[in-house]
Amino acid sequence: MALDPTTIRRIATLSRIRVEDDQLAPLAQELNGILGWIEQLNEVNVDGVEPLTGGAQMAMKMRDDVVTDGGYAEDILANAPDRNGAFFAVPKVVE
Amino acid sequence: MAYAIEGATGPWEVVVGLEVHAQVISESKLFSGSSAAFGAEPNTHVSFIDAGFPGMLPVINRACVAQAVRTGLGLNAEIHKVSRFDRKNYFYADMPQGYQISQFEHPIVGTGIVEVELSDGSVKRIGVTRLHLEQDAGKSLHDQHPTKTFVDLNRSGVPLMEIVSEPDIRSPEEAGAYLRKLRSILRYLGTCDGNMEEGSMRADVNVSVRKAGEPYRTRCEVKNVNSIRFVMQAIEAEAARQVEVWESGGEVKQETRLFDPNRGVTRSMRSKEDAHDYRYFPEPDLLPLVLEQNWIDALKAALPELPDAKKARFRSEYGLTAYDAAVLVAEKATADFFEAVAKGRDPKIAANWVTGDFFAALNRTGKTIETSPVSAANLGALLDLMANNTINGRIAKDVFEAMVETGKDPAEIVEEKGLKQVTDTGAIDAAVDAIIAANADKVAEYRSGKDKLFGFFVGQTMKAMGGKGNPALINETLKRRLS
Repeated sequence: MALDPTTIRRIATLSRIRVEDDQLAPLAQELNGILGWIEQLNEVNVDGVEPLTGGAQMAMKMRDDVVTDGGYAEDILANAPDRNGAFFAVPKVVE
Repeated sequence: MAYAIEGATGPWEVVVGLEVHAQVISESKLFSGSSAAFGAEPNTHVSFIDAGFPGMLPVINRACVAQAVRTGLGLNAEIHKVSRFDRKNYFYADMPQGYQISQFEHPIVGTGIVEVELSDGSVKRIGVTRLHLEQDAGKSLHDQHPTKTFVDLNRSGVPLMEIVSEPDIRSPEEAGAYLRKLRSILRYLGTCDGNMEEGSMRADVNVSVRKAGEPYRTRCEVKNVNSIRFVMQAIEAEAARQVEVWESGGEVKQETRLFDPNRGVTRSMRSKEDAHDYRYFPEPDLLPLVLEQNWIDALKAALPELPDAKKARFRSEYGLTAYDAAVLVAEKATADFFEAVAKGRDPKIAANWVTGDFFAALNRTGKTIETSPVSAANLGALLDLMANNTINGRIAKDVFEAMVETGKDPAEIVEEKGLKQVTDTGAIDAAVDAIIAANADKVAEYRSGKDKLFGFFVGQTMKAMGGKGNPALINETLKRRLS
């Protein structure tokens, strides 16, 4: 699988990462190198092997339904570039 | 006659599937310990997890998992003992993590069935494709400032169940019936309050049209419709639009649309064109969700009686009509109220009073069954007063109105207002004699064969007795005196 510059541009847009035009070719080369390396995994025969879902053979731990957190709006808002009262404020996004 | 959109080229069948987002009833959020309650000050029900702070790890809420399993059981669906969470990646200002934790490939609940009753009395089975758990996003306010959007993250991370139907729905009516039934089941289970106005239940509506016998054509998704009526209107508007596109030689493009209830039309959400590329991948912060069979069994054993089972029981145990039973079981509170009234009494009379005068009084006063001034015990006591001949049916209506106004128990009202039925034959004889004496002309007409006048005499006697006469005794006395 090889990524062309159009695909790179699309991935960058979806990820909200700015990529200058002169970076497209080197990025494609780097990403294709990574994909090629990962594709070696396809050479391993996994017939009859259960998919591995994590590094540990464990199931998810669950917690009880109790309110133990929240109530610190000032801390939540502390890093906000802009705010209005207790709201975050962002450039207008409207459908 | 099946529902169809009449186009220039003949009838078009409408094909609809619904994705319902139902907010899970829980104290805390799906993956954090902050409160899931509605209506707090902005950003107070928010933890660092909900706000997407770096390094914060999600831990799942057991009660939310139980709610999803219970809902799956209520939808007659298969429960998947192993499921998994995935990241659904997209950017929006009210979703600080940059992804929603959802279940894509391996949902907790698989295929199920919802049975709906239609207005022609038929029953239709609508397939459920799946149910999965996911987090809600925050809330954006666009109308508070000319150039800014305000964001409140209180809803961020609140647990949702997404319930996806098969494209089995063929008309707005079926869509409405499906949503009402689904809401009824969720409310019985106590897994979602079903309140569409507050947004705790919302629907995405997938609509396509086709000619009879064709395979499915391209569908459009109408997002975030927040009432059953609007869902029904959106289907009609969107289907009509698609018929027009096809018939004018165009092609329906798969896209996301919004329903504008004021204008009754759907319009394209162009900004969502890229949105379907969510680049799902398994959520690396969460292990697989594994459920024990005995835990599922225990949840199943504790399920309440659901609407379909209750309806069947009301018909067999109380001999109610299908219609009365359906009306009474739609809300659990109504069904419980009815059973309290019917217990030890004539169930059909109880059903008539509950669905008749009682519902009418709630409608008129804007009360709900929870805030009703007339308790089930008091309505039952009123029925007892009729059954033991303390009052007649006409007076019962007056007593009921007084109960609605005052909330008092009926015996007290009857006592206070002196409404006890007169069964004293002497008093009835006297009243009848007075009416006969005062209406000699009518008596002559009656005796010469004008039988219809009998009702007039009953009415006059009852009026003279202030409505309190025993109707059977009045009839009997009149028949005797007039013959």
